[in-house]
Amino acid sequence: MVQLILESLFNGIAIGSVLLIAALGLAIVFGLMGVINLAHGELMMLGAYSTYVTQLVFKLPALKPFYNSYVIVSLMVAFLVAAVVGILLERSIIRRLYGSPLETLLATWGVSLILQQFVRSVPLAYASGIIIALLIGLIVPLIVPHDLLSHRRNRLIKVGSLGGSVLVGLLSANWLSTSISRLGRASARNVDVTAPSWMRGGLDLWGITFPVTRLVIIVITIIAVISVTWFLKQSVWGMRIRAVTQNREMSECLGISTKKVDVLTFGIGSGLAGVAGVAVSLLGSVGPNVGGSYIVGCFMVVVLGGVGNLLGTIIASFAIGIMTDLIGAGRLLSIWPDMPSPLASTVDFFATTSMARVLVFALIVVFLQFRPSGLFPQKGRMVES
Amino acid sequence: MKKTLINRRLFPLIIWITIIASIIAAPSLLPVFRLNLLGRYLSLAIVALGIDLIWGFTGLLSLGQGIFFALGGYCAAMFLQLNSSANLPNGIPEFFGLYGIQSLPFFWEPFKSPLFTFVGIWLIPSLVAALLGFLVFRNRIKGVYFSILTQAALLVFFNFFNGQQKLINGTNGLKTDVTELFGQMVGSDSMQRMFFWITALLVVFAWFFARWIVYDRFGNILKGIRDDESRVRFTGYNTTIFKTIVFAIAGGLAGISGALYTVQSGIVSPQFMTVPFSIEMVIWVAVGGRGTLLGAILGAVMINYAKSLVSEALPASWMFIQGGLFILVVTVLPEGVLGWLQSDGPRNLLSRLGVSRPLSTYPGLEEKSHDEVRL
Amino acid sequence: MTSPQLELRQISVSFEGFLALNDLSLTLQPGELRAVIGPNGAGKTTFLDVITGKIRPCSGDVIFKGKSILGIREHKVARLGIGRKFQSPRVFEKLTVHENLAIAVSKPKRPWSLLISKLTERQRTQINNLMSIVNLQSKVNVPAGSLSHGQKQWLEIAMLVGQDPDLLLVDEPVAGLSDEESELTADLLKSLSGDHTVLVIDHDMEFIRRLESSVTVLHQGHVLCEGSMKDIQHNPKVIEVYLGQQQEVSK
Repeated sequence: MVQLILESLFNGIAIGSVLLIAALGLAIVFGLMGVINLAHGELMMLGAYSTYVTQLVFKLPALKPFYNSYVIVSLMVAFLVAAVVGILLERSIIRRLYGSPLETLLATWGVSLILQQFVRSVPLAYASGIIIALLIGLIVPLIVPHDLLSHRRNRLIKVGSLGGSVLVGLLSANWLSTSISRLGRASARNVDVTAPSWMRGGLDLWGITFPVTRLVIIVITIIAVISVTWFLKQSVWGMRIRAVTQNREMSECLGISTKKVDVLTFGIGSGLAGVAGVAVSLLGSVGPNVGGSYIVGCFMVVVLGGVGNLLGTIIASFAIGIMTDLIGAGRLLSIWPDMPSPLASTVDFFATTSMARVLVFALIVVFLQFRPSGLFPQKGRMVES
Repeated sequence: MKKTLINRRLFPLIIWITIIASIIAAPSLLPVFRLNLLGRYLSLAIVALGIDLIWGFTGLLSLGQGIFFALGGYCAAMFLQLNSSANLPNGIPEFFGLYGIQSLPFFWEPFKSPLFTFVGIWLIPSLVAALLGFLVFRNRIKGVYFSILTQAALLVFFNFFNGQQKLINGTNGLKTDVTELFGQMVGSDSMQRMFFWITALLVVFAWFFARWIVYDRFGNILKGIRDDESRVRFTGYNTTIFKTIVFAIAGGLAGISGALYTVQSGIVSPQFMTVPFSIEMVIWVAVGGRGTLLGAILGAVMINYAKSLVSEALPASWMFIQGGLFILVVTVLPEGVLGWLQSDGPRNLLSRLGVSRPLSTYPGLEEKSHDEVRL
Repeated sequence: MTSPQLELRQISVSFEGFLALNDLSLTLQPGELRAVIGPNGAGKTTFLDVITGKIRPCSGDVIFKGKSILGIREHKVARLGIGRKFQSPRVFEKLTVHENLAIAVSKPKRPWSLLISKLTERQRTQINNLMSIVNLQSKVNVPAGSLSHGQKQWLEIAMLVGQDPDLLLVDEPVAGLSDEESELTADLLKSLSGDHTVLVIDHDMEFIRRLESSVTVLHQGHVLCEGSMKDIQHNPKVIEVYLGQQQEVSK
């Protein structure tokens, strides 16, 4: 009995932690910037593909000895890839649409379509090349000494760094496509990320087997949540981000660069989507549509938890996770076998993953009847004005 | 009033004449395959009209119109299946046999009646919309939250229909092209020709209906809700009821549209309730011109026509084009093509090109609503 | 003595611990014209929010025409006969002047009657009268968004009158108006009182003086004092609240 409850609790937390890591970035972008990013799922998809590419790179002879640690490297790679694409998205499109969330929603949906088709039609090697070029193009201006940029030949330096990043991108694309032939061809087919040997199998405790993959995902989620909380509450930039959220004009007057804050916030939110992509890639096969199946669940988490509230997001994702598992796996029946038969047949009716979703959504709508702004609503005059 | 390059009244008239002329000419000019495609696109124009009512006029962006579209389609398909299964074992549609079902599920029963089906096609979706809308609007859930919830509802309906093989044939959907109506195959050329005419007629009828809704004070209240809902409320109007009504109307239109689409495409399936399809509907209205009823019709027909042309020639590129359209229409063409033509669009373009003098004000700067939740 | 039109009994509102209104009581007699003044943050707008049902107070009661209207939704409050003009003019900018007024004067305000019926002859005359009162006859078919700031203020006042409420709540009607316009507004509001009960909130002392009404001073969510403009100006507490702040500023 205790075992059963424990097992179902673990499963619920496992489902919830995937939801949480996926919704975390969304909650930041939505809660702090008021931006609905429907391309969030596709940023996750990019993270998942980054894991795949990283894994293949680690299979090359030179890196083979370190193969077991590729997951840790891919976390960073995925974060960077998704963050770069996210920043590009923010600078090019979303920046123009601040204050009109419905328009942002439609534009980001357009972006998500383009990204999906992009991974179908462009070979992964070249996609990686483009991202590497973007990454270098973004980083070079940050690390080049300031004096050099204000030099009168700064145009030359700019052109040089641009050309350099394009060149590096091209070279790496070329190298990837020749050394890993699988990356050289465009394909719409799903790919599989194989977990390193230490992540396979399970951990036996109290007579229950805990799959290691799930445990790793829970750990990743915990680390992500803690570092985001620390960053927002303790660091200087975190404080600036919160300041801009509360009063944009005032922050500008105080000399905070709202442009930098926007880029940073969106970059972090997108990067977290990339990290979520790593988690997702460990659970199943990776395809262009992998993100789409998570996005609605993520939004439900954010709405249920109350927008702009990290604690609400955490509680909501675990609540949804546990409920989905309880209903979807028909676990209620095994916990309480002598259920009266009409109730039992109802429980049985909802005992599939998709029907569990139906019921969980219905419960969320019922819940919103009593608490329209979620678990932890924002209060005060600011909300309506 | 400002002069525009194209007269506000004359311009829609020209478009109408063109539309009606081409509808009349189409059956004799087009082969049945193309005519059938055109008929399908015209039926999609009806759901687009509904979206224009709720989004263009009332400011409610629903991403779940696929629910009502599919419900209408299922109503029609259930009737057609029952209508032609009298000679089958147990007198029930064939697919039930695959799952070992002997008797008809209870909710199929009323669809034996043509009258019930005829009413149900629009009434059932609008009742579902009214219920869903009321529960959401009652709590002042609006803006993006409404969009997210409609999208989630869509996913729920998709999962339900997709998972219930024994009730509604699950992911396979219900076929209509091999069913019979008035002793003829629904998929036959003559029936398809007839459906084309019915669709064309209903599009015109739906346009008149939508125009009646938005023409006078009711429509002004809707626009008021879009631009400043709480002001409408403080003037003494119950905005919840207004929004519920218009959402139900849009649901009903979607149901009619879905039924017409189903009989012309030969099948209804949970694919009608996928997330991308419902968002696609929004882009038809956005490109055509939200807030202009004619724009919704034109957008639906033109974009779908373009989609079939592009998909035939270059299948991979349609996603890029569609994605680009979404971005383009919100960043540079928020009023849509028709709205752009009717406002100062052409004049501004000419002035950019140096042909005539630019206007001193920039339109669109003042279009911020007070009520959108901004964080 | 007649029963009061509106009575606020010990209203308190708190936003996450901050007391926006603190034990506020106020009584308006039918036909009275009352001005409410107070420094920034005194809770003037919040107190209108409470009357119109936008905010629920955490304690206290609002009595309108002898009945409590606490917890009634905004549109019902409006139908009971309380009209509100907002701080910054909020008219429907995409609609014409005529359409704006038609929304205000339409009765009943049910969806079905709006769909099937047209404006009655009486309502048309009413709209025309309203437009002539606020000098907008020449702008009948102009979108309200293209009116000047002052014209929008007046249109909103006209809409308010068109609703035919018993109690008019007018929030800063002369903000951004010229002296001449605000004089006209004051006369308009004065002429409305008598038939209607009018409550005006404003900063502009010249305007308040011209209303020749009794004045209520709010301070930190509480009624500081009530009386004629003359009494108020010599009240030491008011001087402290207003001038005391000025002294701090000048230091």
